[in-house]
Amino acid sequence: MSGVPLTHILYLSTALFFIGMYGLFTRRNMITMLMSIELMLNSVNINFVAFNKYLYPEKLDGIFFTLFIITIAAAEAAVAIAIIINLYRSHNSIDVEDAAEMKF
Amino acid sequence: MSASAIIFYLIAAFILGAGILAVTTRKIFRSAIWLLFSLVGIAALYFWMQVEFIAAVQIIVYVGGIVILIIFSIFLTQQSGKEMAKPALQKNIFSALAALFGVAFIGKLISEYGFTEDQSKPFNVGVGDIGTQMLSTTEHGYILPFEVVSMLLLAAMIGCIVIAMKSKDNIISKS
Repeated sequence: MSGVPLTHILYLSTALFFIGMYGLFTRRNMITMLMSIELMLNSVNINFVAFNKYLYPEKLDGIFFTLFIITIAAAEAAVAIAIIINLYRSHNSIDVEDAAEMKF
Repeated sequence: MSASAIIFYLIAAFILGAGILAVTTRKIFRSAIWLLFSLVGIAALYFWMQVEFIAAVQIIVYVGGIVILIIFSIFLTQQSGKEMAKPALQKNIFSALAALFGVAFIGKLISEYGFTEDQSKPFNVGVGDIGTQMLSTTEHGYILPFEVVSMLLLAAMIGCIVIAMKSKDNIISKS
């Protein structure tokens, strides 16, 4: 693209990844932790598309990786929310500190 | 600086601002809405990179699917107006330090790597090209991962129903 080098897009996705990591570390609520994971997965998708566009414009492999990551993220979010709702039913809370039965 | 570059930096600032608010705001419903804005910004970035198909998939799957699912689960599990507890100061400081260190480290690696950009060929992704290569059985085709991912989706769907289903004796004992 005119004017914007690849490295700037990579800086953006790096910053977004570590914002997601910060959220994962500080949040104690399972739904917000899931949101942080979605942010991290999205930053990875940006990387795949940017590498595909700037380094190998004649190929399409980055696009396919992005599509498969989006599919797997959707499946993961659905299973995670089913687990969260089940946990809420048995513990009446979705705080990770309250689900400590398997803690050693 | 060209108009295209200015648009890129505006989109980047929008994504990062919405992302930071999504992980720091203390009301969970607002957090979900900021996540929604961040994902829309990422779709705008895909439009800017001229991969319209991925942008459309991003809007349909993330904005139309995952965020709606998250908002529903928020409504099912808690009072959305309630503020979440503040994280402990020590944990907050060390998480921020870890994130800043990560950004600095990866940023330095990126700035020193020296990518050789290939601007000679145009990058145009037609939906037809994507479909043809995705379902081709020859070399460089993606038919096997496509089938595997469809099995994964089926398994995830059935798994969700089984996990979230109420067991029968549970219902009887309540009624």
